[in-house]
Amino acid sequence: MSDTHAHSVAYVRETQLSQQPPPSTAAGPVKWARDNLFSSIPYTILTLAAIYCIYVILAGVLPWALNGVWNTNNIRECREVLEGTTGGCFSVLSERWNQLIFGIAYDRSEYWRPTVAFILLFVAAAPVLFNKLPKQMLVFTGLYPFLAFYLIWGGTIFAPILALVGIIVGYVVYSRLVTGSFAAGFFGGVAAAAVTWWIGGFVVSAIAPQETFLSAVPSRDMGGFMLNMILGVVCVSLSVPIGIALALGRQSDMPIIKWICVIFIEFVRGVPLITLLFVANVVLAYFLPPGTNFDLILRVIIMITMFSAAYIAEVIRGGLAALPRGQYEAADSLGLDYAQAMRLIILPQALKISIPGIVNVAVGLFKDTTLVSVISMFDLVGMIRGPILSSTDWNGVYWELWAFAILLFFVVCYGISQYSQWLERQLATDHR
Amino acid sequence: MKKSVFFGALTVAGLAAGVAAAGTLDDVKARGKLNCGVTTGLVGFAAPDANGEWNGFDVAVCRAVAAAVLGDASAVEFVPTTGKTRFTALASGEIDMLARNTTWTFSRDVDLKFTFVGVNYYDGQGFMVPKELGVSSAKDLDGATVCIQTGTTTELNLADFFRSNNINYEPVPIETNAEAQQQYLAGACDVYTTDASGLASTRATFEAPGDHVLLPEIISKEPLGPLVRHGDNEWGDVVRWTLNALITAEELGVTSANIADMSSAAGDNPEINRLLGTEGTLGEMLGLSADWAKNAIAVSGNYGEIFEKNIGESTPIGLARGLNAQWTDGGLLYSPPFR
Repeated sequence: MSDTHAHSVAYVRETQLSQQPPPSTAAGPVKWARDNLFSSIPYTILTLAAIYCIYVILAGVLPWALNGVWNTNNIRECREVLEGTTGGCFSVLSERWNQLIFGIAYDRSEYWRPTVAFILLFVAAAPVLFNKLPKQMLVFTGLYPFLAFYLIWGGTIFAPILALVGIIVGYVVYSRLVTGSFAAGFFGGVAAAAVTWWIGGFVVSAIAPQETFLSAVPSRDMGGFMLNMILGVVCVSLSVPIGIALALGRQSDMPIIKWICVIFIEFVRGVPLITLLFVANVVLAYFLPPGTNFDLILRVIIMITMFSAAYIAEVIRGGLAALPRGQYEAADSLGLDYAQAMRLIILPQALKISIPGIVNVAVGLFKDTTLVSVISMFDLVGMIRGPILSSTDWNGVYWELWAFAILLFFVVCYGISQYSQWLERQLATDHR
Repeated sequence: MKKSVFFGALTVAGLAAGVAAAGTLDDVKARGKLNCGVTTGLVGFAAPDANGEWNGFDVAVCRAVAAAVLGDASAVEFVPTTGKTRFTALASGEIDMLARNTTWTFSRDVDLKFTFVGVNYYDGQGFMVPKELGVSSAKDLDGATVCIQTGTTTELNLADFFRSNNINYEPVPIETNAEAQQQYLAGACDVYTTDASGLASTRATFEAPGDHVLLPEIISKEPLGPLVRHGDNEWGDVVRWTLNALITAEELGVTSANIADMSSAAGDNPEINRLLGTEGTLGEMLGLSADWAKNAIAVSGNYGEIFEKNIGESTPIGLARGLNAQWTDGGLLYSPPFR
């Protein structure tokens, strides 16, 4: 048959054609561009407009950023070097970076102390943030607040040790008494810690040497981004547990506790943060007897913590309310008491629901720490607005400084946000 | 019961405050440090340098007082204050004196209960215009758009000035000085008005300061000076006469260069001798050492030297002495005699 066929047809291809690449318009970047950028006339117009916008922005920013000057001593020298061409005067960052990070008064030779505290912060936070790490690391997390305080503020090492001892004594008393009743354990623990601190206070002031290994730094000398980090980290980590307590208290059946929590939350949410800061800075000074040295940073930390705790309490209350009633009843039917039910059943689920809200509050709180510049503390923003922009050398440099501040805040806030999204994926137990 | 305890505690606290406030001079000596309120930063008047050292025209007053009282110009704790926190900081005793470009006004003196001990800078509201506008007097500004900071006395002064000269203007309200610089340079307004020293320092930051002129008219009085709390006259005297010592030193020709020489032994001029403590007991009367004024002047020189170093014509700010010249040179600086 093949012979006949060979006669009837002039030519038969006996090998397969080699594969051709698809036409350039149907594959690769061209197809992608056609599909996504130029699929119709309106899209084409939008694409061209967007490209033009990007071009305009880059044409403005790139020469400014790349032609920047990094090593002059003041804005006038900077302008001489640039000779009228476009370019950023980044010398202000290289000359004043230490002030932007550490404030004006922190001793230069001591910069390693907050730096070490900052690096150790990651070590301490890691076991809390990532549950795959060994649990033994939590011991370091527990010690970290005292270590960081000692590193940053310096002074006698006995002060943070005393604080630690007080907490340990309080915890021991609590765990002894809590088998009787929670209230006895709680108040007994608090009282024991207070007594320890009170007695220890005399001992420490008696034995504290004049010359300490790390020189003491007064709170007034804290500044720059370091101050934002201190306030942000301390206030977030304090306000989450306080917020949980407030949220549970607000749902409590005991009227006094319930009303204390409700009034606290509603009052604090009803006033702007800046008002609380003014109270901390200005009004308290009238009420305290003169000569009382109630640390300004401590006052500010208390106010910011109160503020964010009230918001976090409401976020967590939302999480508690979102749990089906059956979860509470299931916990009760297992015979768990209140503390067990909350710890094992309710809070893990409620907190998981609340993560986006808590992170939202945390990021907002971190950015709100810049408000302390209004009460004349030299945080990063206060540093830029005050000393640097009003020095004869750098008055007139705006974009470079603010871009630097934006960069620092963006890195931290974006990091927090990414972590929270990762955490949500880790904790996602529902099947979507 | 609880309430009465609370009020009792408040009363005790209030009494303690009164007692403590009665002896600021003793407090400062006991503390070994002067708590001096300054601004969070104003070009030429107060700002920390790259090493965190405070410098400036107002800062020099703090340092002079510290040198006069404690003999050490570095024994100062500078407390930065904003326009909002400055008066409470002083009233609550957080700071011993405020040297922060604060205008001496009736209500601040009488109602807020502060004592202005003198004037270290006579300021006033002025106008800045681009040179190309070809304006030589504020009275030619009919129909101009004016950048003005809202909510300030400058706004009211401006309205008064234009109304009394029967000319029109269009205000462009702005919030801060930084915003004003941008708006003015972008051409959003023809004229920028604020305190003359502020205009001069703003102009100094421009890329081409020569393209802008300050008009000769000054339309308000802004006497800026250090202040202390009411009710502690001994301390007020110390600050007042330290400032006067700086001014007198310029008048008498005592400078940082020749002060060591002049104070080593009594010279020909009895007033210089009294000022520098080589004659008489002026220091003792103030409760200070005999060489208090010498210490104060030795820090950064007399008033004229401080002016030249921080805001004078040799600096980028380039302010002329103007009203702040000695009375003998046609200015307003006139210290009472040291006698």
